[in-house]
Amino acid sequence: MAFYDSVFKALGLSDWCGAEASSAPMSMADLLAQSSGEATKEEFFPFPSLDNLNESCSGIIQSRDVTKGIEEGFLAAKPTLKAILDPITQPLSWLLDGALWTFAATPWFIMVPILVAIAWFASRSVGVTIFVAFSIFLLGLVDHYDVAMQTLSIIFVCTGISVMLGVPIGIAMSKSDRLQRSLVPVLDLLQTLPTFVYLIPLIFLFSVTESKLYGIAIILYAIVPVVRLTDLGIRLVDQDVIEAADAFGMTSRQKLLGVQLPLALPNIMAGINQTIMMSLAMVVIASLVSAPGLGVNVLRGIRNLELGVGIVAGIGIVLLAVILDRVSKAALSRVDMTRVKH
Amino acid sequence: MATEPKVRLRGLYKIFGARHKEVLHHVKEGMGKEDLLEHHKHVLGLQDINVDMQAGEITVVMGLSGSGKSTLIRHLNRLIEPTAGEILVDGIDVMALSEPDLREVRQTKMSMVFQKFALLPHRTVVQNAAMSLKTRGFSEAEQQSEAMKWLARVGLQGYENRYPAQLSGGMQQRVGIARALTANTDIMLMDEAFSALDPLIRTDMQNLLLELQDELQKTIIFITHDLDEALKLADHLVILKDGAVIQQGEPQGILMNPCDPYIEDFVSDINRARVLRVKSVMEPLSGSKFAGDVDVGDNLESLIARSEGDTSLHYRVMSGGTAVGELHMRDLVKALVPRLSSSEDVSPPKS
Repeated sequence: MAFYDSVFKALGLSDWCGAEASSAPMSMADLLAQSSGEATKEEFFPFPSLDNLNESCSGIIQSRDVTKGIEEGFLAAKPTLKAILDPITQPLSWLLDGALWTFAATPWFIMVPILVAIAWFASRSVGVTIFVAFSIFLLGLVDHYDVAMQTLSIIFVCTGISVMLGVPIGIAMSKSDRLQRSLVPVLDLLQTLPTFVYLIPLIFLFSVTESKLYGIAIILYAIVPVVRLTDLGIRLVDQDVIEAADAFGMTSRQKLLGVQLPLALPNIMAGINQTIMMSLAMVVIASLVSAPGLGVNVLRGIRNLELGVGIVAGIGIVLLAVILDRVSKAALSRVDMTRVKH
Repeated sequence: MATEPKVRLRGLYKIFGARHKEVLHHVKEGMGKEDLLEHHKHVLGLQDINVDMQAGEITVVMGLSGSGKSTLIRHLNRLIEPTAGEILVDGIDVMALSEPDLREVRQTKMSMVFQKFALLPHRTVVQNAAMSLKTRGFSEAEQQSEAMKWLARVGLQGYENRYPAQLSGGMQQRVGIARALTANTDIMLMDEAFSALDPLIRTDMQNLLLELQDELQKTIIFITHDLDEALKLADHLVILKDGAVIQQGEPQGILMNPCDPYIEDFVSDINRARVLRVKSVMEPLSGSKFAGDVDVGDNLESLIARSEGDTSLHYRVMSGGTAVGELHMRDLVKALVPRLSSSEDVSPPKS
């Protein structure tokens, strides 16, 4: 006799509920109670949850039906989703595979000078450049050069795509209040959804052997800051300057390229810096779904309890993070320099 | 002044708010600013503005903050859309222009100088000055040479490759003026252009503007809250209060014959000896014994200095070599006392 029986009786819903609430599948708790020979404890006033109501009235679904329903709904939509998303996202696989192959195929004595040169041209700072060279040397010294390059190539591709998609989305958001209002909750969701949760539907949709699986997960997670800060940056551009641009008859295109984007650049660069950091964070988790790189070693450290392997790989990730952060921050402050007094 | 005005404003109204068209008739029926805000939650920006701005003149629009003067100037190039009324520039109705035509007008007919300079911080001084030409697609060389020419004219040679943040406020506004001049438009809109500058620099800039105006004969619409500045620059003075024109005309005339207690209050604070000119106080030629000749454009201060305070003297007033009238020092001294509308209501209550 369950607590809510009388409630349903009083409401006159007994017929709808079905005579006896026995058809429901047994819950794990019930099963355990049965096997241990103890009677299920009857709470005095249980929370009116689906499972508790189900005990009195089998017409009401159980909680497990909710999760099952979501799963079935997703599986039903899967063929259509896959048919649409597969071709669209296929280039991502090619890009990732291509980048991984390029980074791996280029000999270190060519790759390292290129990376150091990029660091120099982005930052124009001797200190940062030396730090980058030293860090790569350290990684190579402990034979982590190859995996570090794999991680780096994935970040390059994912950050690049995030910027290419995120900046236009941010611009569109800054132009339309309505679009901003509707996208902000989506961005909040992407940012707060636990990172593992991205992976679950993606695994259903794509094969784990495809690189785009982790590519999409990383981009979805990392695109948020660049979108947000592009939108913010453009909205923060001095209204007086915008008015001047209007007063001199600029077209909206001239205004965007000549005034708004250049003035929003420090904010956009800050967004790109955050995007790089977040793709680095996600690339480690993405190793769960076959993303190569330093994350694989971390995972090995956890799975096999190989402390040293995990810690070396972890420090490698920190080094990469610091390199990417310093280089992009130095580039950012260089952009900022033009608008302060020298 | 029989020529067609360069810019005409006809029955211009501006009401801020979502239903501005619907509440317009209340204003036309005489509802005031406070009532409109209280009963309809709409802000009255401008009401029934009728102003003619002549080519080659400086029209100064003066009013305190909140009087709608900055709103008014933004209507001329439609940075703000009016609720009702006509804006005619060279006989063309600005309101009827399509988006591209409006851009064309903004590019080629009017340029603007802003209170806060509104320069592009990421471009150099010369690039800022060339902004209008770049927008219009002139070649790099043309942009450079024109911009350099006007930068030199406003006294900024040698600063071409600096960034605005490296210049002082006065110099930044010179860049703003050079930018407007480089656009080579007939009409220049100046929105409190000198208000952000300190007094000495401001005087410099006013002199620069008058000097340029002597040379270029632009149609300048100048907004200010400073009566001294208005009187110094204006050929035609428009006084705004609560979004309505309360008096307009030649500045000397307004000073001598204020038509409203508000304006009397306003003009009572200024140094009349420095602002009033001989032509405003002179009388038709009749006498024959003169202490000397003075010019119609001389201000009264210089005359007081010249007469050494002797009120019994008479001067002959000359204009371009011919005698046009005479001036009694006694009248001059009387003119220094502000005229009040009635003896009982000496100081009108300030609202």
